[in-house]
Amino acid sequence: MARQDPRKDVVIVGLGWTGAIMGMEMCEEGLEVLALERGPDRETVPNFRYPEVADELRFGVRFDFMQRARQSTLTIRHNTNQTALPYRRFGSFLLGDGVGGAGIHWNGVHWRPMAEELRLRSYVEETFGANIIPEDMQLQDWGVTYEEMEPFLYRFEQVAGIAGVAGNLNGEIQPGGNPFEAPRANPFPMPPLPTTLSNRMFAEAAQAAGYHPFIKAAANASQAYVNPYGMQLGPCNFCGFCERYGCLNYSKSSPQTCILDALKRKPNFQYRTGAEVLRVELAEDGETATGVTYFDETAQEEVFQPADIVILAAYQMHNVHLMLLSGIGQPYDPATGEGVTGRNYSYQMMGSTAAYFRDIDFNPFVGAGANGIAIDDFAINQIDFAAEGFIGGSYISNSQTNGQPIRSLSLPEGTKTWGAEWKRGIGEWYGRSMGVGTHGSNMAYRDTYMDLDPTYTDRHGRPLLRLTFDWKPNEIAMTQFMRQRIEPLVESMNPTSWTSSYREDGASYDTTSYQTTHNVGGTVMGNDPATSALNRYLQSWDVHNVFVMGAGAFPQNLQYNPTGMVGGLTYWSADAIRRDYLPNPRPLV
Amino acid sequence: MKNILIPTRRAFLQAGAAGVAASGFQPLWAQEPVVPLDQYQPEFLSGAEWSFIMAATARLIPSDGDGPGAIEARVPVFIDRDLAGPFGQAADWYMEGPHEPGANPDFGYQTPLTPAEIYRGGIARFDEWCVAEYGAAFADLSTESQDAALNALETDAERAEEALGPAAGEGEQATNETAASPAGQGGQGGAGGNENGAQTQTTVRIMPDELRDFFALLVQNTKEGYFSDPKYGGNHQMASWVYIGFPGARASFLEWVDKDNIPYPLGPVSINGERA
Repeated sequence: MARQDPRKDVVIVGLGWTGAIMGMEMCEEGLEVLALERGPDRETVPNFRYPEVADELRFGVRFDFMQRARQSTLTIRHNTNQTALPYRRFGSFLLGDGVGGAGIHWNGVHWRPMAEELRLRSYVEETFGANIIPEDMQLQDWGVTYEEMEPFLYRFEQVAGIAGVAGNLNGEIQPGGNPFEAPRANPFPMPPLPTTLSNRMFAEAAQAAGYHPFIKAAANASQAYVNPYGMQLGPCNFCGFCERYGCLNYSKSSPQTCILDALKRKPNFQYRTGAEVLRVELAEDGETATGVTYFDETAQEEVFQPADIVILAAYQMHNVHLMLLSGIGQPYDPATGEGVTGRNYSYQMMGSTAAYFRDIDFNPFVGAGANGIAIDDFAINQIDFAAEGFIGGSYISNSQTNGQPIRSLSLPEGTKTWGAEWKRGIGEWYGRSMGVGTHGSNMAYRDTYMDLDPTYTDRHGRPLLRLTFDWKPNEIAMTQFMRQRIEPLVESMNPTSWTSSYREDGASYDTTSYQTTHNVGGTVMGNDPATSALNRYLQSWDVHNVFVMGAGAFPQNLQYNPTGMVGGLTYWSADAIRRDYLPNPRPLV
Repeated sequence: MKNILIPTRRAFLQAGAAGVAASGFQPLWAQEPVVPLDQYQPEFLSGAEWSFIMAATARLIPSDGDGPGAIEARVPVFIDRDLAGPFGQAADWYMEGPHEPGANPDFGYQTPLTPAEIYRGGIARFDEWCVAEYGAAFADLSTESQDAALNALETDAERAEEALGPAAGEGEQATNETAASPAGQGGQGGAGGNENGAQTQTTVRIMPDELRDFFALLVQNTKEGYFSDPKYGGNHQMASWVYIGFPGARASFLEWVDKDNIPYPLGPVSINGERA
């Protein structure tokens, strides 16, 4: 029989970015808060300390900070006619694990969503007409506007300590920033990172082509900084071990560097590690949750943890999985288009051109995760979708993040991958290349979704989550459009040679090669309970004391990295809970 | 010269001999003699398997030309230790059945075998093929024949991918059985039939589906042994890092961000504090 622990006001599932933010916000209300984290505890010392963390094989290649597929994974298929197979060995995306979650191993690239993106269906219909929307594309508005989000996006930028240049301050375009971004009320908390040679070469090429280059906003500190919680960051030392690693230098924004020490000092906050939540328990009427049941790794037993409010703050896929396992929201059915839980999965369309320069040593190991120059001239609000034949956009950028030789050594096209030619190639070309990439949006479709797998189970005997996803012609057209903009820019830099990698017609989703861990959707937010699992405050439509954080709320993916919006949405939801829900618990919409 | 400012070991020892003597500094690897490869006692690999790994890695990263080869880097030691450890056992991977080893390669690792089992089966199968094709096990072939055999193995692995390329599997179960030549049948290259009418493949594959990841694992692990920190048994004396100009675990370069096209002046360090 399950052990039962004393009741808490709030139980938080997962202690990454969103769990840590919610912990602070709920503790500030004086509530008794317990966070349950499936993985191990992690702190800068000892877990990220030098020199042990500068270990490419252990962390960059063998993923020691990530979730183990053996403990938890999902199945994947391209379409509903296939049998999904387990994601046995991680490749395309890397799920985090332990305290800090994916917040420890990201690069720290920071963006706000574009105003048009948060009301994308309305924007497309008003600007181009509904008839340009493909029949199977389930384009949606988010239910919140950029103007509503702005103070909460800034709150996250203050806490995370973002380094960057504002492009639009209260409607006035600023030199050096992104002129296409939506208005900010405040400048960034820190000035931007310094730039590498590769960055400046790209910036000059973009400028010469008439585009508007700017230094990317970074969750890598550029100077000494103290955030609103009293947490301290020091300037990034360009160690070249950022993504897939914890930060050895207190420079990369993470729950550890920005929140957790302050949170752990709160007397009304507790957290447990080795505590994997198995399901949310519902009251008999199904309208409220009574708490969660988790597996206590130390005691090797199930524990029922009663709570008045349940906040799902695990990664997007795990939140969807828990909702499906717990019967929260009707599961989505692609045959009928009905149901909401698991609906509208989307990913991120990436592509790049690598350029090789025989006479330039870029010192690629001089790298910061969020280093770089971007242009936003081909963003969603800059493209005529009707004329170009697709819906979406992308930023285009150069970044120099690392020179790790096992995973990042790039050789000119046609070089053999082993033998004398390869060996000669690595001597000639290591450090002699730079890249220009597109980071593009991905819409959601009728048959891109998540449900429970009928065959495969996890170590607790629960069905694995099943993901159905493939690339669609709309995104192929978008990325090919970007390719046509990028290749002339690269050619204008006069490289010795260059090679492109963009998805073409008929490309299928390859789960084996790393693309990005920007998986979104499945617990979509919105104003229509028929097409969203959560209302605009991230509250379950059906179970009003369950709030669900994270990028699962995105109805379709942004053209940008998601963390800025994920952080902003968490503060937005916390504000609604504090101001409106706690005094009178009920459906807020 | 690309790494003109990176001192070679000899130059370092010559230039700094007095300083070295005064500080008592010696590189760690100079203090701990390593077992010569021909006397190394493998933890996982059998004698024949060790001979294969020695021979194969020596062709994947040959010793001639600039820079160390796999043998100088002691890559075979890395692979042996790796296969004896958690990686060899697929300790982190989801290995529950049912398995579909012939699935569309988009879905990655689907064999029921662990990497250690793939090496064991793959080496035996490949040696068998080498005997049939060239009259001797891989390790006993000329380097020209070894290169040809590895090229055939690489082509075989690519064919496994192409047989179920991007368009295949659509509208049906992604579980096609490809025309494998099961280990033990001693298939001759080029003479095969194909049991799957949906495919146009006419050549018998060297590796059955369960072993189709063998070549990719071998190449990947060889490069890992070449480039990973020396504490894992390969990259002896950090020679691969010196060769390409990677400073290893230094991990602090703020002052070099704006040094355009100027090689970094310091050689690599390892996690255990060795310098090269």
